[in-house]
Amino acid sequence: MNYETPPLLRLCNISYSHPGTSASLLQDINFSINREHVGLIGPNGCGKTTLFQLIMGLLKPDSGTILLEGNAVTKSRDIKKLRRKLGFLFQHSDDQLFSPTVLEDVAFGPLNLGLSPDDARDVSVQTLEQLGLKDFEGRITHNLSGGEKKLVALATILAMKPQLLLLDEPSNNLDPATRERLIEILRGLDLAHIIISHDLDFLAATCTTLYTVQDGSLQRCEQKQVHSHEHIHPYGDYPHQHGT
Amino acid sequence: MISEPFSSGSTLFHCSDARVKVIGGTVLSLVLATTTSFAVAMIGFLFTSLLLLISRPSPGLILKRIATVNIFTLFLLFSLPLTYGGADIVQLQYFQISLDGMRIACLIAIKTNGILFCFLALLATSSTVSLGHALERLRLPRKLVFLLLFSYRQLFVIHQEYLRLHRAAQLRAFTPSNSLHTYRTYSHLFGMTLVKSWNRAERVHQAMILRGFDGRLIPLKQPQLRKSDYLLLASLLLISLILAGFSLNNPV
Ligand SMILES: Nc1ncnc2c1ncn2[C@@H]1O[C@H](COP(=O)(O)OP(=O)(O)OP(=O)(O)O)[C@@H](O)[C@H]1O
Ligand SMILES: [Mg+2]
Repeated sequence: MNYETPPLLRLCNISYSHPGTSASLLQDINFSINREHVGLIGPNGCGKTTLFQLIMGLLKPDSGTILLEGNAVTKSRDIKKLRRKLGFLFQHSDDQLFSPTVLEDVAFGPLNLGLSPDDARDVSVQTLEQLGLKDFEGRITHNLSGGEKKLVALATILAMKPQLLLLDEPSNNLDPATRERLIEILRGLDLAHIIISHDLDFLAATCTTLYTVQDGSLQRCEQKQVHSHEHIHPYGDYPHQHGT
Repeated sequence: MISEPFSSGSTLFHCSDARVKVIGGTVLSLVLATTTSFAVAMIGFLFTSLLLLISRPSPGLILKRIATVNIFTLFLLFSLPLTYGGADIVQLQYFQISLDGMRIACLIAIKTNGILFCFLALLATSSTVSLGHALERLRLPRKLVFLLLFSYRQLFVIHQEYLRLHRAAQLRAFTPSNSLHTYRTYSHLFGMTLVKSWNRAERVHQAMILRGFDGRLIPLKQPQLRKSDYLLLASLLLISLILAGFSLNNPV
């Protein structure tokens, strides 16, 4: 008998192929996460985003089960519960923001969770402040810059107080300063997360375990290899990022 | 970008509750629309002009809107007198001008502009979103309100996708001309706009579901009706009532 508490999320033998395609995209994925900070890397089109969509119940796996705190997620009630505990940051923030103003967008989730308008407003303002987005409440969402959109999208998710974050390429298109800020934010959160990224330095700064997706299977990388190398390029004194 | 240029401001109407404006505006424009009396239409028109003045729209934009609608009334002003017929006819060189037709055309023009001003002053001073929420609290079916809000939101998306594709075509030196290539390009452009908007709408919907959306939009602001709102509603209804009374007593 195993009396340990089951992990927050566990994937058992998940396989998936997009309808209409013959070869399976993901095969026999086994994975579990409780409070870790996990990074996920893999070439373009290998199915990383698809894996997140499977976890969130947006796609149905061909076979295998997803367990939330040890219980299989099958009925729509289970999926609802899972979606309350997991927050998914989309690869494209444009798809995630739909309300006219930032405050309304951030408050959308809390209102759906049953908070009163006043409480929802408080939570939203707090979350925005926590992300350094003070005075953004009245801004029009579709006029924000790409980086601002990303942070606001993160705020919309954090306002729902999830236990696990799934972040799909969060550092894409961020300038070095905003990228640093995102790293600080993620380190300060004390939340479990899985981050998809092609930016190895970003992953090194935010994650303790790395997984790769390759040819449909998920593999844990052996111990992170920290290494440095000297290199040279134009505008080298300007703060910049590596590793994409 | 589809903007709501009249919805920001700080006049009496901008600060009033959208429900009051929806009710008042609807009743007033119904009275205007149904009246057959010249005098009533004229008084109503003057009153709504006053409303429009109070809402202080930016002159250039408002003139453009008014001009757009009046293309239609101008057409009537030219065609009705020539085609309406009737007893009162004035011969003007080769043309037979019907005075009845003239009267009707003028009445339509006055009524149209009266109703337009009423909407510009009352409804355009609210954002579409707050109008939607107002309708919901006036007990309109939730599905209809949802449809209104999301068609509006979706227009943005389709427009954005179209602009993006159009820019891409332009950047690759596409210049429209009367050629098969042009038509083919445009048909691809429209097709792609539809497909991409559809995909995008699906992803937005997914994002909403992930955040607990179950078909009910809960407004963040629950505005309370204030004294000035009741006052505005009362005066709008009173004026409408007086106009309606006159209109029943003086059918012409
Ligand atoms: N709805 C769909 N129908 C069919 N195939 C799809 C669909 N969505 C994605 N695919 C395909 O599935 C594969 C994996 O897509 P996915 O978005 O998961 O890749 P990814 O690992 O996130 O890549 P990237 O690093 O570029 O974001 C791609 O080859 C893509 O073309
Ligand atoms: Mg992806």
